[in-house]
Amino acid sequence: MTELHWLPTIPDWRQRLRDLPSDTATAWDKAVALANARLNFVHTNNLDETIRRLHPTGPEALPTKKVRLAVLGSSTLTHLLPAIRVAGLRRGIWIDTYENDYGQYLQELADPDSDLHAFKPTAILVALDTYHMTAGITAGMDQDSADAALAEMQDRVKQVWTLARDAFKCPVLHQATLPVHLPVLGNNEHRAPGSRAWFVSRLNQAVRAMAEVEGVDILSIDDRAARDGIGRWHDTALWHRSKQEVTPGVSPLYGDLVGRWVAAKQGRSYKCLVLDLDNTVWGGVIGDDGLEGIALGQGSPLGEAYVAFQEYARELSRRGIILAVCSKNEEANAVEPFEKHPDMVLKRGDIASFVANWQNKADNIRAIAQELNIGIDSLVFIDDNPFERNLVRQELPMVAVPEVSDDPTGYPVALADAGYFEGLSITDEDRERTSQYQGNKAREALKSAVTDLPSYLRGLEMELIWKRFDKIGQQRIVQLINKSNQFNLTTKRYTDEDIIAVMADPDAFGLQLRLTDRFGDNGIIAIIIGRLQDNKDLYIDTWLMSCRVLGRQVEPTTLNLIAQEAKKLGARRLVGEYIPTKKNGMVKDHYAKLGFTVMETTEAGGNRNILDLASFTPAETFIHVVEG
Amino acid sequence: MAADAGIYDALTEIFHDVFMRDDLKLTPELTAKQVQGWDSFKQIEIIMACEEKWGIKFNTRELDSLRSVGDLVSLINTKTA
Repeated sequence: MTELHWLPTIPDWRQRLRDLPSDTATAWDKAVALANARLNFVHTNNLDETIRRLHPTGPEALPTKKVRLAVLGSSTLTHLLPAIRVAGLRRGIWIDTYENDYGQYLQELADPDSDLHAFKPTAILVALDTYHMTAGITAGMDQDSADAALAEMQDRVKQVWTLARDAFKCPVLHQATLPVHLPVLGNNEHRAPGSRAWFVSRLNQAVRAMAEVEGVDILSIDDRAARDGIGRWHDTALWHRSKQEVTPGVSPLYGDLVGRWVAAKQGRSYKCLVLDLDNTVWGGVIGDDGLEGIALGQGSPLGEAYVAFQEYARELSRRGIILAVCSKNEEANAVEPFEKHPDMVLKRGDIASFVANWQNKADNIRAIAQELNIGIDSLVFIDDNPFERNLVRQELPMVAVPEVSDDPTGYPVALADAGYFEGLSITDEDRERTSQYQGNKAREALKSAVTDLPSYLRGLEMELIWKRFDKIGQQRIVQLINKSNQFNLTTKRYTDEDIIAVMADPDAFGLQLRLTDRFGDNGIIAIIIGRLQDNKDLYIDTWLMSCRVLGRQVEPTTLNLIAQEAKKLGARRLVGEYIPTKKNGMVKDHYAKLGFTVMETTEAGGNRNILDLASFTPAETFIHVVEG
Repeated sequence: MAADAGIYDALTEIFHDVFMRDDLKLTPELTAKQVQGWDSFKQIEIIMACEEKWGIKFNTRELDSLRSVGDLVSLINTKTA
């Protein structure tokens, strides 16, 4: 995949680009946001051109260092420069670029009066094309002449590095040679010493070894092309037409590979991976499905995929990335798999900050950054739920939130391809990092900044679509009634026959509620059963809800609906009961929060509550209610 | 042709993006000479954007035969037929 698949698509991107204000201070921030979208090469060029028109030399005060990058090459590179600059913009870094006159890189390096010297680069990218690097290599060569040619090419590369460093005293990034040559022998190409394909393999290996000694970094487009397919990176017809070795279509990715190196050099790579739990680290909802019910481990393809993701996260942690957890859960439920599930790869001790509660995730992520004492702009947050991803993106634009599907096999790919954790070396300290954070963990109370939730909810365009129980929904209704544990006030379990009886009872109603928003359909998210008593009280026999939609005003909106339906049956009051179980502690005060009066509490911790319908005023929410 | 009209609409958006000019009007007779900045690199951008948009691939002979916007539209029409 050569597109920037970990970045979200912004539907009105073209319009937002055209609407960029000429007021330079806000234009930069808005342009950074536009750079963090899944851009193709044309839109990348548009964004670059626009921001350079508004900001010819970049904003004055940036927290990042401005970079003057000279790109030295032997073929056409002009089409890659906008993508490099936009990759800087994506990270809040201003990059100016310089490209040598066609083919003149050595002359310009050696000439102190050249434009290259006048540019005064603070970083150098050496991008020599594969045809240049294999000039003179031919299958007619024997081993000795091929070895001599390799040594000579190494010397030439080293000469470029030395000239660049002596002149500019700045870091050098060397582009690995693209393996575009076709084999002449076949599977055993390595037995043809003068094969260009084999020569490029040897050269890339030799240059990497040399780079270790010289302190030069490598831009590994050879590895990247091996993953994507060389055909995605190099188009032979285009090479003949315009001498572009890397196709313009792949330039956004090429630019991003350079951009993450620039950021890493400034110490601006991400440092911490924050994990959601349910349906991210394991399949299913621990609070509802329990330890035996979640998909994790050998035996199911899905369970194995979650294991594979956990293994990748652990590998990251072993090379110095801090792991944290941010989950909407009871803490006891959330911790249980870490301590008791035999197939959990991640253990409690791998997690430096563990936050499981029912508060909104933006506030919790702030708390995690504070607890770990690292910048909030060094966090990456991965969550399968588009609602949570977009809430965090809106509230905390400096946090990286990869766009992922509900398929866990894509999670490691998204993290790796995004290059969030681009590192330049690995130290002993890196290998011990998580345990350090565990040791130093600050326990002070955390004041969480206030998130502007109402504006987010308003923008969600939520619709609550409700209808009475029906035959079509019956199977799903029974399934939810027998599976939901956490947000379930009475935890009454019913069979198909019980549900049919509710449908037939004129003094009862069963409601199924679906929630849609601009990110899609959340499916059936709540079930209500109300029963009219002889004294005209409407008893709320069942109220259960999916925890996915917590904190979105679904509860008061549902109450409005219950009140409306109860009145239709002639009810005067609503009676809501909470029957405690091991798992439903989160809804203990559900009715009190909605304005019910507590009438009695039981020894077991339950309560019974009353709401007078005559004096009830429906709550105003951002959810549009529709009967459907 | 109806198919041509649809291609013109999509192609207009591509031209607006490539040249960053929303006032550009496409006609079959329009050629590179008449549009400021339409050089060989912009030509490649247009071609690649078309290939991405319609999921097609032009070969070297086809590209060499293009003289005007009308040529491009009829080529796209043939390749997507």
